[in-house]
Amino acid sequence: MKSLFAYISVLFLIFFGSVFADQKKVGFIYIGPPGDHGWTYMHDQGRQYMEDTLGDKVSSTYIENVPENADAVRAIRKLAESGHDLIFTTSFNYMDQTMEVAKDFPDINFEHATGYKRSDNISTYSGRFYEGRMIEGHIAGKMSKSNTIGYIASFPIPEVVRGINAFYLAASKVNPDIKMKIIWVFTWYDPGKEADAANTLINQGADIIVQHTDTYAPCQAAEKAGVYAFGQASNQESFCPNSHLTAIEDVWGPYYAERAQAVVDGSWSSQDTWDGMQKGMVVMSPYNESLMSADLIAEAQAMEEGIKDGSLHPFTGPIYDQEGKLVVEDGDVASDGMLLGMNFYVQGIDGELP
Amino acid sequence: MINFELIIGVIEIVMIATTPLVFASIGELVTEKSGVLNLGIEGIMLVGAVMAFITLVTTGSYIIAFGISLLSGVLMSVLFAFFVLILMSNQIATGLSLTIFGIGLSSMLGKEFIGIPIEGLNPWYLVILSFLIVFLVSYFLNKTKNGLVLRAVGESHTSAHALGYNVILVRFLSIIFGGSMCALAGFYISICYAPMWQEGMTAGRGWIALAIVVFATWKPRNVLIGAYIFGGVTIIQMNLQAIGLRLPAQLFSMAPYVVTLIVLVIISSNQLRIKLSAPASLTIPFYKGR
Repeated sequence: MKSLFAYISVLFLIFFGSVFADQKKVGFIYIGPPGDHGWTYMHDQGRQYMEDTLGDKVSSTYIENVPENADAVRAIRKLAESGHDLIFTTSFNYMDQTMEVAKDFPDINFEHATGYKRSDNISTYSGRFYEGRMIEGHIAGKMSKSNTIGYIASFPIPEVVRGINAFYLAASKVNPDIKMKIIWVFTWYDPGKEADAANTLINQGADIIVQHTDTYAPCQAAEKAGVYAFGQASNQESFCPNSHLTAIEDVWGPYYAERAQAVVDGSWSSQDTWDGMQKGMVVMSPYNESLMSADLIAEAQAMEEGIKDGSLHPFTGPIYDQEGKLVVEDGDVASDGMLLGMNFYVQGIDGELP
Repeated sequence: MINFELIIGVIEIVMIATTPLVFASIGELVTEKSGVLNLGIEGIMLVGAVMAFITLVTTGSYIIAFGISLLSGVLMSVLFAFFVLILMSNQIATGLSLTIFGIGLSSMLGKEFIGIPIEGLNPWYLVILSFLIVFLVSYFLNKTKNGLVLRAVGESHTSAHALGYNVILVRFLSIIFGGSMCALAGFYISICYAPMWQEGMTAGRGWIALAIVVFATWKPRNVLIGAYIFGGVTIIQMNLQAIGLRLPAQLFSMAPYVVTLIVLVIISSNQLRIKLSAPASLTIPFYKGR
């Protein structure tokens, strides 16, 4: 009797083993919780989209709240050792940790978001979020009455600096008097501090709040103070219906599905992907019709079309840096290399990069 | 020309940002004065924050949310007190575990409540309450007999025991007071300061509260000063940035911790430690009958 049981269980194992043998395991490392309604939330939406699209071909797991330090090495290694075939590390400062783990697991494929270090088994991918910043800047330039924009920045990395510059270039184009006040909070995630920064900027006269941090606290603070705000990473209108103009949404799903499919097909190879509005990786949330004029919404939508067909580029010369040096020639557009390593403010922005 | 409106605005923001630090550090001060170091502040704050939020969403009443939040703080500290007072476990290890436990528990409880919009409570009620509590604690510790007993227990539990005072009971009540204050800080953060629930939203303020108690050299009124320096530096630094002053923001963020380090170095010399009124029995477990 006992042996019969053993036979049956072995048969079961073989059966299910063969069913799941082809199933690829995809792992994700998140910087925050999936419920942040910002950066991590959108990555998790992408993960779910991938599962829905590929069905039985993949299964996925994630580790949330992984700090950008040695803990990340442990978390990535844990996924690598537990049989994952593809691992997405979804924050800039996981870069060296991803490199470190990936060299020990040459058979596992890694994808690092927003970074620039690649190897045979590490791809990088990111969104051209600055395209959205250009549209936000245009809207802000047209809508600010105090001519003062409050910008909450996280860490002085190219991704954030690029956003600030793209925003300012577009805002100052339609409103040469526009001033930007920038606060670096040195965190991605601290609702209290983000609210403090928003309130400080509002107190100093900003009537539009832009954020490059992860929670909707700044947008809530703007709502309370009766000024406008842009959401971050996902549509945050439900938290601040009377101040939310639009938001830049990060849409990762199709990319995750495509890369997981490549692993299933065995065609995965290291590459660098930097897609924007054209491929639908960057999408603008619905423009707030009760706050924005129909004309302005039409302008914003026309800009979206321009960016998609390539006739409009946020970094079109002439662009000068703060010292007045010409960095992009008249008529040229900034190269991807310059954009990826951007570590200077453009002319007209006050203050110094930390 | 001085812009008074701007300055008043800055002061308001400083007060709103500092209040959770005041609550958490005055609570911890009382606990430490009785000779117990509770490193579970961050965990209790998070549980207090999530319970307040859950209760507010389900009942819609700030009063009930306030009560349940305090109650959750009491329960968390009873747990801590049971371990360190009855089982006499190591206070540091137990406190750290309580923080880790609180982080996990709050995330689990709050899973379904992330991203629900709520109407925030006006923070000024609790800002005023924080001042009131500091002055009451100061009065209690310095001017009442029970306050003296509490301090005696923290200085030398054996002497206090020999005099017939119930060391365990005094410490038990002090831990509960400390825990309720931490929960209150949590309530303030999720209901008034940034009205939302997000995992780990206290973002390390519990640890700062711990530093403030040392910085304040265990004196209640200094807690107010210490907390306002910690909170104020952050906000003033933000204002200078927004004005466009070329200052290294990192240095400013570092300043309070440097000062705390210096205070810690000073009190590591025994003579001064006594002068700075650090409780002599801090972290030492009390064995009855010894």
